[in-house]
Amino acid sequence: MSGNERIRQIERATSRLALDRRGFLKLSSIAGGGLVLASVAPAALQAQQAADADLAVPVAAAQLNAFIEVATDGTITIYSANAEMGQGIKTALPMIIAEELGARWEDVRVLQSPVDEEEFGRQAAGGSTTIPRTWDQMRTMGASAREMFISAGALVMEVPRTELKAADSKVTHTSGRYMTYGQLATLAAKQDIPDPDTLKFKERQDYTIIGTSVSGVDNLAITTGLALFGIDTRVDAMLYAAYHKCPAIGGTPVQANLNKIKKLPGIVDAFIVNGNGKVEELLDGIAIVGTNTHAVFKAKQQLEVEWDESAASKDSWTALKAQGESLHGKRGPELVIDKGDVNAAFSDTDNTTLEAFYEFPFVAHLCMEPMNCTASYRSGGVFGKDTVELWIPTQMPARAYAPMQALFGLDQDQVTIHQMRLGGSFGRRVYSEYICEAAEISKRMGAPVKLTWTREDDMQHDFYRVGGFQSVKAAVNPQGQLVAFEDHFIGMQRNGRPVSGSRFAATEFPLQNIANGYASKTMLDIGTPCGPWRAPGSNTTAFVVQSFLDEVANAAERDYVEFLLEILGEPRWFEPGNIRSLNTGRAADVIRLAAEQSGWGRSMPDGSGLGFSFYFCHAAHVAEVAEVSVDGERNLTVHKVTVAVDVGPIVNMSGATSQVEGAVIDGLSTMAGQKITMTNGRINQSNFNDYRVLRMPATPEVDIHFIQSDYSPTGLGEPALPPLAPAVGNAIYAANGHRVRKMPLSEEGYTLV
Amino acid sequence: MPRYQLTINDTQRELDVEADMPLLWALRDELGLIGTKFGCGIAQCGACTVQVNGVAMRSCVVRVSDINGQAVRTIEGLADGDRLHPLQQAWIEQDVAQCGYCQAGQIMSAAALLAQNPDPSDADIDAAMAGNYCRCGTYNRIRSAIHSASQQMNAGWVDAAAEERSA
Repeated sequence: MSGNERIRQIERATSRLALDRRGFLKLSSIAGGGLVLASVAPAALQAQQAADADLAVPVAAAQLNAFIEVATDGTITIYSANAEMGQGIKTALPMIIAEELGARWEDVRVLQSPVDEEEFGRQAAGGSTTIPRTWDQMRTMGASAREMFISAGALVMEVPRTELKAADSKVTHTSGRYMTYGQLATLAAKQDIPDPDTLKFKERQDYTIIGTSVSGVDNLAITTGLALFGIDTRVDAMLYAAYHKCPAIGGTPVQANLNKIKKLPGIVDAFIVNGNGKVEELLDGIAIVGTNTHAVFKAKQQLEVEWDESAASKDSWTALKAQGESLHGKRGPELVIDKGDVNAAFSDTDNTTLEAFYEFPFVAHLCMEPMNCTASYRSGGVFGKDTVELWIPTQMPARAYAPMQALFGLDQDQVTIHQMRLGGSFGRRVYSEYICEAAEISKRMGAPVKLTWTREDDMQHDFYRVGGFQSVKAAVNPQGQLVAFEDHFIGMQRNGRPVSGSRFAATEFPLQNIANGYASKTMLDIGTPCGPWRAPGSNTTAFVVQSFLDEVANAAERDYVEFLLEILGEPRWFEPGNIRSLNTGRAADVIRLAAEQSGWGRSMPDGSGLGFSFYFCHAAHVAEVAEVSVDGERNLTVHKVTVAVDVGPIVNMSGATSQVEGAVIDGLSTMAGQKITMTNGRINQSNFNDYRVLRMPATPEVDIHFIQSDYSPTGLGEPALPPLAPAVGNAIYAANGHRVRKMPLSEEGYTLV
Repeated sequence: MPRYQLTINDTQRELDVEADMPLLWALRDELGLIGTKFGCGIAQCGACTVQVNGVAMRSCVVRVSDINGQAVRTIEGLADGDRLHPLQQAWIEQDVAQCGYCQAGQIMSAAALLAQNPDPSDADIDAAMAGNYCRCGTYNRIRSAIHSASQQMNAGWVDAAAEERSA
């Protein structure tokens, strides 16, 4: 695209944004509509349009076409129904619809849909599942509307449907005559909705939008500072709030210097909130409400609170670590898998047996946008019933209904949710506590309230990526082949249940691939809340297993790539048809591609090394190669990371490469120096000064290669992260002979430069 | 309460705020300029970066009373009317943003860099941008977009912030 075309596109986008703001109420009020039509019609259709003055007729009662509006000026509005947190689906899902619709992307504008799961289906994003879950749904929406345009075209042009083709936002006859979607919109909306089973989706070779690089639909708003994010919400007569909870999670306030706080400048009120004891809903704390964020943050610093910590977390990282280390070399009480005979393999004196103990820390989510929510609670507002309106940056808006019912007795029709863009999430914003806090404070104040967490709140009241340990053991035979693998997974449980990410499955690589495998688990009790964090479980197990297998390969003097390919064996799909099961053929393909593209096997200068890893999770096969150099002071530079990925066809090439690049950099940032520790239930880190994020100078080049296989497409938000840490650890070993068995690298004396 | 005057995006604005109110909250809460983002409050992340007299500053630690009478430029005032700044254009062309939250701060840091150094090397960019976190990991695209904008600016773009500095 030329610069001029780009500018015109930007101009169009600008005018569309203005339209968004003007048209928002109207659009909200017709949210139930399908192909809803606008006002300006071409002359050819004016007569008909006059006869059908009421054009805003919803044609689809169900989800079908709930996603598409076509205006008679040719503007195609596509609703994006799921949360956008940087993973790119607000652009990718409409691309799928537009492709099947036969739309020109230039004619498309994208709006965030209202929250209405009856209308739009499940409106959640997470687990890299949005693309696979909605792929057929989005294609059906687009194809269905396309067929309705063809039917309309057949009527107006008086030709058989079979002689018409839909593409470029128009229906074209074999003679060359055509009508635009804008011209046909009115009539198209009245056509029968095709039976979804009769729809034919486009063949891949005919795609004009899917597989191209499309710039994110919110980019103009992002780069010009327009309101998008939850924290940007402004409501008339809004107050600002902070919420202070016990630093030891679960503690409750006994008393506080509220009289002093209330007298501070800009403070409207301060009070103790008694919650329901649920960490994911409403914990006890102190609310401070004022006329601006600065006033409430400043007042928060002057709070003096006496806490009752009898029921609070007493967690200590040091104690957890001692517990974990005491289990090294032992088996856990919970059996995961026992296949073949690992003991025989380990006791065979011809075999070489290795054991190792790996450690990984708790880490925080660090969304750049701290937790926040704006709530407007109206008591007795509608027919005497209470209502609450919520502006939430959340991955899962519908999850807010249950706590609104539990805390305030509100039914779903008393709760209005606005899905806001998320300034990062990575699994963080699936809980409702910041929503409940805002609603509670708004109810108490009788006014709309924007609750903003300080960065310290955000870091010390997270649902952390769980830390843990793994004691691993393997045997290789005299031919250097892996003959046994054993893993003791030492994870964490809270209230008797394993926390998110503290899991080790019987399908973990290489257990399915070898004859003798054993895995068991021990769960340590914690009080610290944990939750999903970009590729839960996988982001730590990949580090352990892929590092340890590299150790084994080195001990057996085997090339790690050959060793991996040998373990994978012949191409086979363990559960044919289930994209969430390992396909060794796809695995081998990405491994070979990463090896080839990175120049695997080439000789490296002293102090430099290449490290390889492969991991399968989230239905994605990913191989990564890190190229590093390390000096005598353990200053580490990661020069380049080569990535090979198979997630099937790519929807948005730009978005996909962003996800992979981001996952690599996030993975490196996390492994380099991030670690949350607890002392007597308190989180020791508080802000970016003691919890570091990778900065631009340490950023490696990321070289990305996709295998666009014919398997159905799947998501990329997570799966490129897990292989990064072992690739870097293995590269360090190649560079200096030191085996990294602990994250973060700062614990081993490394500094990323 | 004290009264302060600032020139924000070429417009005179009056502020009735506490003397220690950081510029960040004056912009966001008092003036509704929400493009400038809150990230950490301690000048570690750069999400709140604006230009004061053309110099990139972390607005979360700049007190309104300290810059009374001075000129502030925020992301809302970077474009020349409807004409996007080359950085904004490059950001869109290269699809830099992921979540997008840090990008206003990134762009304001980059704009200050280009106003001083029209043709920065990778190392210059790394040094100027090291104060801006991107949790999503868009650094490589940011670097590339800055180079691209630099080329465009050297082909004739006039920068309002640079004029402000020289004024």
